[in-house]
Amino acid sequence: MYFDEMFGHTIDDEAQERAPYSDYSEWFHSQDPARLKKKAMECEGFFRRTGITFNVYGQDEADERLIPFDIVPRIIAAKEWNKLSRGIEQRVKAINAFLYDIYHRQEILRAGRIPHHLIAQNEAFLPQMIGVTPPGGIYTHIVGTDLVRTDDDQFYVLEDNARTPSGVSYMLENRETMLQMFPEVFTKLQIRPVSDYPANLRRSLAECAPAATKNEPVVAVLTPGIHNSAYFEHSFLADQMGAELVEGHDLQVIDGRIAMRTTRGYTPIDVLYRRIDDDYLDPMNFRPDSLLGVPGIMDIYKAGGITIANAPGTGIADDKAIYSYMPDIVEFYTGEKAILENVPTWRCSEEDSLKYVLDNLADLVVKEVHGSGGYGMLVGPTSSKKEISEFRAKLKAKPSNYIAQPTLSLSTVPILTKKGLSPRHVDLRPYVLVSPKGVDIVPGGLTRVALKKGSLVVNSSQGGGTKDTWVLEE
Amino acid sequence: MLGKTAGGLFWMFRYLERAENTARLVEAGFRIALTRSKSAEKEWQSIIKTAGASAAFDATHDSYTGPNVIDFLLRDKHNPSSVISVIEAARNNAKLVRTALTRETWEATNECWMTLSKLLSKRVTEQELPEVLTTIRQQSALVRGATHGTMMRNDIFNFIRLGTFFERADSTARILDVKYYVLLPSVSLVGSSLDNVQWETILRSVSAFRSYNWTHTGKMSPKSIADFLVLDKRMPRSLAFCCVQILDNLNYLREEYSSDLPSFEMGDKLNQSVNNRDIDSIFDEGLHEFLRRFLNNSNALSVQLQKDYRFTE
Repeated sequence: MYFDEMFGHTIDDEAQERAPYSDYSEWFHSQDPARLKKKAMECEGFFRRTGITFNVYGQDEADERLIPFDIVPRIIAAKEWNKLSRGIEQRVKAINAFLYDIYHRQEILRAGRIPHHLIAQNEAFLPQMIGVTPPGGIYTHIVGTDLVRTDDDQFYVLEDNARTPSGVSYMLENRETMLQMFPEVFTKLQIRPVSDYPANLRRSLAECAPAATKNEPVVAVLTPGIHNSAYFEHSFLADQMGAELVEGHDLQVIDGRIAMRTTRGYTPIDVLYRRIDDDYLDPMNFRPDSLLGVPGIMDIYKAGGITIANAPGTGIADDKAIYSYMPDIVEFYTGEKAILENVPTWRCSEEDSLKYVLDNLADLVVKEVHGSGGYGMLVGPTSSKKEISEFRAKLKAKPSNYIAQPTLSLSTVPILTKKGLSPRHVDLRPYVLVSPKGVDIVPGGLTRVALKKGSLVVNSSQGGGTKDTWVLEE
Repeated sequence: MLGKTAGGLFWMFRYLERAENTARLVEAGFRIALTRSKSAEKEWQSIIKTAGASAAFDATHDSYTGPNVIDFLLRDKHNPSSVISVIEAARNNAKLVRTALTRETWEATNECWMTLSKLLSKRVTEQELPEVLTTIRQQSALVRGATHGTMMRNDIFNFIRLGTFFERADSTARILDVKYYVLLPSVSLVGSSLDNVQWETILRSVSAFRSYNWTHTGKMSPKSIADFLVLDKRMPRSLAFCCVQILDNLNYLREEYSSDLPSFEMGDKLNQSVNNRDIDSIFDEGLHEFLRRFLNNSNALSVQLQKDYRFTE
């Protein structure tokens, strides 16, 4: 039995809504079902017109997909949210302290809280960052902490996306869509706004400007270009922030700064919100074949000429092998017990754990340490015997490449189907901004929903959709 | 503004203008084919020539039949100036410069692309053609409306206008140049039905058949048609009108950037080369020679503009 966030544990006609949903539910049941279905159909047209699409890798470039949107919101009570945001803030601060430490004195290794080889032999560890302190001391300017819920009071952190978390444009457009479609609900319920995220993002980035900044910090977004799957989001954020959207070929090193080619000549950039991976950032320091980055930007960065957000090398903090140590990391740097729990995790690199995982493959979720996007993972309970045995071989061949977790009973939230409300599994990605002045968490975030009945995979590349997420005012 | 953005705006609006111009050519050809079926094939051929697509057309077609030409100009993706190709190019540029556009302008462009992609996904029958051409006109009018109604009047708008008027001047000059021989007084047999067809095609290609008749009380003469399309500043597709617009926008840029760049002087010269002339002196020089010179100069100006404002590295 899954925990449903609208109805609790008992889903039948007599079910009583949980408190956060009571006002919404009253409104919902007063609506003509046919009208709601019609509204749901209209969404697609709205998203297409706005261009909220993503390109699928390897497909015809003209093939633009929509992420399906469901009109039933996910609602979080103020009290629930307060606890979550305290936990997120604690975790994000710990991650930044961890990154500073790991690229400087490595106290946590000296203290024996994390095994040495986990850092030294980790591809996500960037030797070029050793001894480098980013402007303002901030490594992860933008974090997307993936959360799942299993019960009334039980949340787990599934992943800390500390590189370049995506999807925030969907959060913003989902809210816009709901405001346009159901304005009356927003006068009835007190819902915390999310629309100031772009302004906060800009402010937060500007607060991290490097010492070389002369006037009002110039912020720019670096995109791989219009064919990138997340291009819509890049242009959306730049537009909303009032920042330039640049590509590598717009940039050049001039007088110790990174400057963009404008109609008036070259203008230095102070803060670069880059949406390309470390590998592609600088062909002189990383992948030499990259055409997306800026030759020499790492040297300018090290000399304090520019802020790169997020900092290069932050991937070590959201590495899945490091993830299992997060409770220790939080405790080590904050001196407090972690408020948010980790999902119990078996490190397949450890012999005992590997044995357990191999014996229980059918019940576990096994993930690649460096994988993302829901690829390269095994969801035991929903896999065929053949899939499991194929995965077993891969796991045995390179155990250190995998971690395993129990199959969580992810909470559900209803979606609107042809036959009415029907529960589907969800997760939650709140977006967190970090600057020397503090941590700012958007109330809510992006709720991803597995649209296929019973499915636990919420990734948009694998049939997931999204919902608007409402955090109620106190 | 990024140099790339200035370039993207310039080209986005060049392409949008080109889509309209191509649709207009198809409309003119179709009209002639309906009313003067004898000379239709020849007219279709000159329309392909005007579109600057003879080589591409000949490579895949044997004859200049209406259906072939219409399909090639509206929906052939191998033809870089077909309506579908240029609308796609315009939208890609709009994506590139999304931060410089208002939401309304972007959405109108995106919707224009969505509507026309669907409309032109299959062959257009003779029966459907008028409606398809109307839709193309309406969709581009919506983009123009959103642009004029919502965009700031700053350098962004100047690059937009420059793209529009460079393309338009180019198109009008080409239409005239392909047909210049029918406008030469020496070879003209005034009143012959052949000339009348040719003149009508020219005027319809720039959507000026009615406005010409209105301003010239229905009297067709080669000299006054040339005068109308080259020198009449009331006529929004004339070279004179386009040159004034180009110069105005270059001047705004010059003031906004408070710097004298070579493109301004070239624009001034281009404008003088048209607006300081009368039609007799142009005919004395030779209409063809005049138009070739104009096309060369405006092309050189467009190249200089891209340099002055750093469209590319």
